[in-house]
Amino acid sequence: MHKTPLLDQLESGPWPSFIKDLKRVAARKKPAADLLGLLERSYKDKITHWKHGGIVGVLGYGSGIIGRYTDLPEEFPGVEHFHTVRVNQPSGWFYTTKALRELCDIWDEHGSSILNVHGSTGDMIFLGTTTPELEPCFAKLTAKGWDLGGSGSAMRSPSCCVGMARCEWSCYDTMDLCYEATQNFQFEMHRPSFPYKFKIKCSGCPNDCVAAVARADMSVIGVWKDDIRIDQAAVKAYAGGELKPRGGATPYAKLDVQADVVALCPTACMAFDGKTLKIDNKNCNHCMHCISLMPQALRPGTETGATLLLGSHAPILEGAQMSWVIVPFMEMETPYEPFMDLVANITEWWSENGKNRERVGELMLRLGMRAFFKGVGLEPPPQTVKTPRANPFFFWHEEDFEAEAAGRKYIK
Amino acid sequence: MATIEYKGKTFSVDEDGFLENLDQWCQEWVDYVKDSEGIKELTDEHWKVINMLQDYYKKNGIAPMVRILSKVTGFKLKHIYELFPSGPGKGACKMAGLAKPTGCV
Repeated sequence: MHKTPLLDQLESGPWPSFIKDLKRVAARKKPAADLLGLLERSYKDKITHWKHGGIVGVLGYGSGIIGRYTDLPEEFPGVEHFHTVRVNQPSGWFYTTKALRELCDIWDEHGSSILNVHGSTGDMIFLGTTTPELEPCFAKLTAKGWDLGGSGSAMRSPSCCVGMARCEWSCYDTMDLCYEATQNFQFEMHRPSFPYKFKIKCSGCPNDCVAAVARADMSVIGVWKDDIRIDQAAVKAYAGGELKPRGGATPYAKLDVQADVVALCPTACMAFDGKTLKIDNKNCNHCMHCISLMPQALRPGTETGATLLLGSHAPILEGAQMSWVIVPFMEMETPYEPFMDLVANITEWWSENGKNRERVGELMLRLGMRAFFKGVGLEPPPQTVKTPRANPFFFWHEEDFEAEAAGRKYIK
Repeated sequence: MATIEYKGKTFSVDEDGFLENLDQWCQEWVDYVKDSEGIKELTDEHWKVINMLQDYYKKNGIAPMVRILSKVTGFKLKHIYELFPSGPGKGACKMAGLAKPTGCV
């Protein structure tokens, strides 16, 4: 074992420590011991000792494995190769203990034993193995029914919140959509051919537990289009203190319905006279604040589906960006054909027009929403308008003139 | 930097087995990669891909995007994987002697 005075400090606080975990593995695995040594060295030198990512993989797949090499292989031979294997997660991250044991056994045999459960991609991440171990590891995984996830300029493993399995607010079956999308886009996941990465994340309601709006190129967020269901007796129970706010998950013993719920409604569409709660549903923007505070009194409506938003990403060419509504409401029923077709159209338009390493959200901004809607074959809905147009000029398409000449009707 | 000896030739390669320098590229290199990538017989289609990659690389200094490779050769991506089982980046670019692509192909 290497001496690691700087890393040792990280064990001293009250928090769980990855150093402690790694030391436990290091006692029986040389790569983990060298990993600690390398990290200590990086802390001292204030520079990473990982080289720029390599290209390794298994036959037939262009993604799923990320090559990693250290620039100090003589000193730390255990991490000379330290490749990452992405294992596609089950929808909602539900594993049986048997499945977890299977994965651990495979990784014990073919890698460093270090896992990242889970990476922010959604996949189960196996950290650290060598090139010769890749094919046998992959063979063992597939024999047990597992598969690799996406990496590089490919469709990334779709991921979702726990949805209907655990949550009453889920407006569609996120786990089913996630599974079906994974099956449908197998080719795009394993054989990178896009300008850059493309992520699908599915949240069951606007609380957005997988942060789809900020982390996915295609954010699928559950929503209802009818009225919030109200149980007036339960509202009174919250007001009277018999029911605790947020299911007891707040420090407050009693909810002040007027101050905590009505006054904080972002569109001010609620009113409470001490007896009855009224909601002007037309002006509700589905922020979930009232429902989250009073789960026994308020529930999402029954006409449910999802809003599709496009384009969020971390700063790359442009700054960080949140996803933008492109379809205000889509019904989400198996086999999700309209959804799959739309994603296929979008990736096709993006592949055709995008520059290398340009995310779809950046392309949408570069060419404009108008070009985007035309390119993917969507009608531009009013819900996509963020602010009223400030530019008085309008550039008509050629076909607009023709439609105008033929006596176009604006109201359908 | 590692070196590989094959049929009397010596090649210097990076850790992923890509040639350090396109000038070293020759028929022996193609034969060597063919064996290690599990390709049985090189056809005209393989050569079409290799030639396209080299032309593009010499002109632009980087490997082309997958879509451009598909368009110019007329081969669907699926077919490129049939020709080069480890894919256009790890298989075809390596055989063509290009420097390791950084997420392009």
